[in-house]
Amino acid sequence: MGKTIDARGFSCPQPVLMTLDEISAIGRGEILVLVDAEAARENVVRAVASQGWQVTDIQSDDDDYRITISKE
Amino acid sequence: MLSKNYFVTRWGIIGVGVLIGVFAAFLQKWGNPGNMGICVACFERDIAGALGLHRAAVVQYIRPEIIGFVLGSFISAYLFREFRSRSGSSPIVRYMLGVFAMIGALVFLGCPWRALLRLAGGDGNAILGMLGLITGIWIGTFFMKAGYDLGRSRKTHTSAGWVLSLTMLGLLILMLIFPQIQGQDKSGILFYSIKGPGAMHAQLIISLGIGLGVGFLAQRSRFCTMGAFRDLILFKQAHLFSGVMALLIAAFVTNLIVGRFHPGFENQPVAHTMGFWNFAGMLVAGLAFALAGGCPGRQLFMAGEGDGDAAVFCLGMITGAAFAHNFGLASSPNGIGPHGIAAVIIGFLFCLFIGFTMRRKAL
Repeated sequence: MGKTIDARGFSCPQPVLMTLDEISAIGRGEILVLVDAEAARENVVRAVASQGWQVTDIQSDDDDYRITISKE
Repeated sequence: MLSKNYFVTRWGIIGVGVLIGVFAAFLQKWGNPGNMGICVACFERDIAGALGLHRAAVVQYIRPEIIGFVLGSFISAYLFREFRSRSGSSPIVRYMLGVFAMIGALVFLGCPWRALLRLAGGDGNAILGMLGLITGIWIGTFFMKAGYDLGRSRKTHTSAGWVLSLTMLGLLILMLIFPQIQGQDKSGILFYSIKGPGAMHAQLIISLGIGLGVGFLAQRSRFCTMGAFRDLILFKQAHLFSGVMALLIAAFVTNLIVGRFHPGFENQPVAHTMGFWNFAGMLVAGLAFALAGGCPGRQLFMAGEGDGDAAVFCLGMITGAAFAHNFGLASSPNGIGPHGIAAVIIGFLFCLFIGFTMRRKAL
């Protein structure tokens, strides 16, 4: 498991920026992104797809979303 | 909870943009001022006037559209289990960003929503306003890339997220207790314009109904006129932008059909022709919206979803409107106000101060 980005409590575009920063830092691998708003989940998923990364899993627990993204 | 939300698809946001554009154009036909079917800044300014926070007699009316925006979003957020009570992300900074966003918008005479509607009505001055808005957002994206942020919000008591919605409900009740009396400038504690833009409005039930509908749809689709340009510049992503373009085109076509498209620069409704200040006012507003994370409409929708920081921004805007009219900062169709230039400069400096100093240090 790669790095975890805790973007809970941040409003857009911060969660997307934090995710894209990490994507460009590691290039490939796996990242877990934590967000706590539906809009943030949508934006992260949309941004990740445009970078050629894949969303491999989304878990929702209570009010939080755990988004796993990866690139081979 | 992860069921498909069709409003966040490309066609979903375009559909929402079309509906808002058509209804905004019709609101103008049904009584709202020219090219002002929906203007969040103007309408919050009218609310400030109706409460007597400023005494500009021509812009005093509790606008039911604003009430509808917040309550429509509140209802949608509850129906789709997206209500999240949260606050604590630099509220004082957001408040002052709201103040200066409003002042900048009132130098131009409109928020981004109205800039689009002015464009759709043929008002050439809005081109400079739109350029200013985009420039302000563009400056904001530099701060974002450099790590700008206002800090995390925290979950809080549900009731805290209700406060702006309850306030809006209170305003609606005040309107029903003290309804407008024909030809009188006051009813109970509320001020009502008897001439000027504040006297021009659709019927309460129509304004409220459309406001509720827009609030509902915008909550579902995350419609945002600032995010549209921000995401395009920052991520080269045209999702929100396509919704904003849909609004513009739909309002333009509707205006053409109902005979309300009048191209030109002179004698446009509630507008002035001082090009540079149209640009500069909107630049400050655009930068403030970018730093605060949403256009004035989106701030109302987020407040309806329980975001206490967005609610504080909205209250900042209402306060900013009071300042703008009490201190001669707001423009009129004759041009900028006596102290409008000073206010634009101070607002710009404030935004730069916040942008440069509030950086994310550690995640």
